[in-house]
Amino acid sequence: MEDPIKSKIQSTSKETRQDILGRCLTYLCIGLIVAIVLSIFIFVASKGIATFTVNKASLWEFLTGKNWNPTVTDASGKPQLGALPMITGSFGVTILAVIFATPFAIGTALYMTEVSSKKGEKILQSVIELLVGIPSVVYGFIGLSVIVPFVRTHFGGSGYGILSGSFVLFVMVLPTVTSMTVDSLRAVPRYYKEASLALGATRWQTIYKVLLRSATSGILTAIIFGMARAFGEALAVQMVIGNAAIMPKGLLSSASTLTSVLTMGIGNTVMGTVGNNALWSLALILLLMSLIFNIVVRLIGRKGRMD
Amino acid sequence: MGTKLQNNIAITIIRVIAALVVLILVLLLGKILIAGVPHISWHFLTAPSQSFESGGGIGVQLFNSIYLLVLTLIISFPISLGAGIFLSEYAPKNFFTAVVRMSIEVLSSLPSVVVGLFGFLLFVVQFQMGFSILSGAVALTFFNLPLLTRNIEESLRAVPNLQREAGMALGLSKWRTVTKIILPEALPGIITGVVLGAGRVFGEAAALIYTAGQSATNIDFGNWNPFNSASPLNLLRPAETLAVHIWKINSEGVMPDAAAVSAGSSAVLIIAVLIFNLLARVLGNSLYRKLTATK
Amino acid sequence: MSIGKYDFNEKSILKFEPQEHEIAIETKNLQVYYGNNHALFDGNLQFERYKITSLIGASGSGKSTYLRSLNRMNDNVARVDGQIMYRGLDVNTSKINVYEMRKHIGMVFQRPNPFSKSIRENITFALKEQGLKNKNKLNQIVEQSLRDAALWDEVKDDLDKSAWSLSGGQQQRLCIARTIAMKPDILLLDEPASALDPISTSKIEETLVELKKRYTIIIVTHNMQQASRISDFTAFFHLGHILEYDKTKHIFTMPKVTATNDYISGNFG
Ligand SMILES: Nc1ncnc2c1ncn2[C@@H]1O[C@H](COP(=O)(O)OP(=O)(O)O)[C@@H](O)[C@H]1O
Ligand SMILES: [Mg+2]
Repeated sequence: MEDPIKSKIQSTSKETRQDILGRCLTYLCIGLIVAIVLSIFIFVASKGIATFTVNKASLWEFLTGKNWNPTVTDASGKPQLGALPMITGSFGVTILAVIFATPFAIGTALYMTEVSSKKGEKILQSVIELLVGIPSVVYGFIGLSVIVPFVRTHFGGSGYGILSGSFVLFVMVLPTVTSMTVDSLRAVPRYYKEASLALGATRWQTIYKVLLRSATSGILTAIIFGMARAFGEALAVQMVIGNAAIMPKGLLSSASTLTSVLTMGIGNTVMGTVGNNALWSLALILLLMSLIFNIVVRLIGRKGRMD
Repeated sequence: MGTKLQNNIAITIIRVIAALVVLILVLLLGKILIAGVPHISWHFLTAPSQSFESGGGIGVQLFNSIYLLVLTLIISFPISLGAGIFLSEYAPKNFFTAVVRMSIEVLSSLPSVVVGLFGFLLFVVQFQMGFSILSGAVALTFFNLPLLTRNIEESLRAVPNLQREAGMALGLSKWRTVTKIILPEALPGIITGVVLGAGRVFGEAAALIYTAGQSATNIDFGNWNPFNSASPLNLLRPAETLAVHIWKINSEGVMPDAAAVSAGSSAVLIIAVLIFNLLARVLGNSLYRKLTATK
Repeated sequence: MSIGKYDFNEKSILKFEPQEHEIAIETKNLQVYYGNNHALFDGNLQFERYKITSLIGASGSGKSTYLRSLNRMNDNVARVDGQIMYRGLDVNTSKINVYEMRKHIGMVFQRPNPFSKSIRENITFALKEQGLKNKNKLNQIVEQSLRDAALWDEVKDDLDKSAWSLSGGQQQRLCIARTIAMKPDILLLDEPASALDPISTSKIEETLVELKKRYTIIIVTHNMQQASRISDFTAFFHLGHILEYDKTKHIFTMPKVTATNDYISGNFG
């Protein structure tokens, strides 16, 4: 007589089929995500490149030209496609915002990990979570109703401009940079700190010479993430920067960023025209910058591991 | 300067910075709530908006925001679930997995305006669907997927391996072990993540301006046939959300009470976000207690 | 060649004659590798049906590694070479349906790992997955397996309580009940009592002695009293090698191998 168990373990069963099904489903989902990312790149890149391939604009003039006027043709019959004003604006607000935010983020992170009681840490944790949660249009609205008038009365000008944009972005990137800095400070092995304190160093000396130094690559990563967030933020900045696509003359005059020109422009241009294609080229710059921030984070991570 | 003094100064500065950060949040919330809450009334929450006159409400926008959020979760949750299960349970250590992880990271760091523009290109331009709720929900899905996937992966990973072995040792398939044993145990973390993500989705505007559009067509709340274009449930109508509405009135609003409407809307949005934050905690905790409870 | 201070050629492995004994499961030349770490060498053991066999040895000697290979729990964790003969088949091949096999070769782990379900569902879950729907039949199995695991009296009124509300010892007995509810052929236990108090431990020991009337039991233990109390056969593991395998009473009274002797007399090092 054939052993029933023996024949069962030699044939497929419900479980075999369940596992095949499960594997297929999960691969399908993950494949979908990869496909989405790939198509974002392909679509935006193919539109963004059209400015140079179809409309024959010069890449160099696009990146360095100071006049942005896609609908107007100049003496040589070419539209003015200088994106430098927006590139400057985007980098301007990003760098300023991060310069403002970094000391605050490090200070807050140190407070949470080294200075405060458990309760204080919990409070700050909630504060950061709430700051992350506030939608960017609300930041924009506050920018418009508080920061712009503030800048106008205390610094002069119309109040719209790079300075106001950076103030708004400062608050927006603060929680990102802070929470990542907290993570990297927590990752420093306890005994580093204990050894330093045991040697008679003060708390600040320990923080400065041991903690911050060992967490440097983590903090740098946090800053890059903050920059990525600031660079890509659209509406909050657009609401306070003034939206003049001209080379910024200072921090207090109306300016524009890649994102602000995009949000204002896409709806007002006709698909396929030079003006529209040029906007997609701006989107492509945004996409590439986001990729570059990613790569920089990876490089820092790799270097951090080697140290 | 003595090291002792230096230490004290430094620690004091750290405390001051932390206090300033708390102050910033307090001022922010205070400003929004004080300016906005007085404008919130039943009329404001339910009436349709006005373009040129004062006295408009945000009823349609509020409904659109909620409807879009629900649709987004319906689309993005199953995909993230599959992807999260893949990453935590199935992913082999190979090139493909590395590419997948990188894609998710890149997607999560893409500016939401780029995600929105891609949605515009795909749905509005390519598929000629026009501005529609469906396009908006898909754009928000792109925006929500990476975070949700990562959250689900982490929640699954936090379940001890011992539980997987328990299932496998009983002859259950890996799929059933994951879906019937591991997933329920990971649920508190997943729910917390979903609700927090919902808050983010609720307040997102940049991805919607060119997908769901910037107009709140008048909808007929008596008509629930999703195929009728006046129905609230219609998937192909354009739908301005609350967040987009705030942006719109602040950039080009011409109604006399624009400031009041945007203050009120901001307050509603913030209150919604606060509720989502609170809900995330309460739901996560109570679910966790239920798991370990003595029924 | 020597391992540690002992000679690994000094081995004494009991071999059954299949004509006289019914052999439930047997490994031939089992080798296990974790990456480059060769963790188990030449596993050659036969296990007699309806007996308890203990696997003893110092921590890290490869007992769990060996045990987990028997029902292929090491798939995806380690590379396992060699043969595992069960019902005339080598089950260490990709053609075998591992799910089906694990239903017949059940396993209980070192740390209790009940599901986050009710006590009842912990037992019925896998049965339902197999298609058993009949309520009465399920209730009957719940009661029988809890009785077999000596847990029934303690939980019979709280079957719908969460399993996580039980004590560690109760949880472990629930895990045993869950495994025997599947009516396995062979029961593998990896230090099932190591995290438990003496009372729970002795309950589990009684359970095992009762269970061997119907099951073939292989148990890893670091507790030598336990091995000598309950098992019929004992295998001694040392640094990934199985140095001695014999009737338990021989191992504990007149071991043939120096390393075994040192280990059971506490002069090991
Ligand atoms: N999952 C694993 N991955 C890598 N090495 C392992 C793993 N499990 C066990 N080992 C190694 O295999 C050897 C034997 O371990 P184990 O079988 O757990 O011993 P025992 O159960 O006798 O204490 C040890 O050297 C251990 O480090
Ligand atoms: Mg072990």
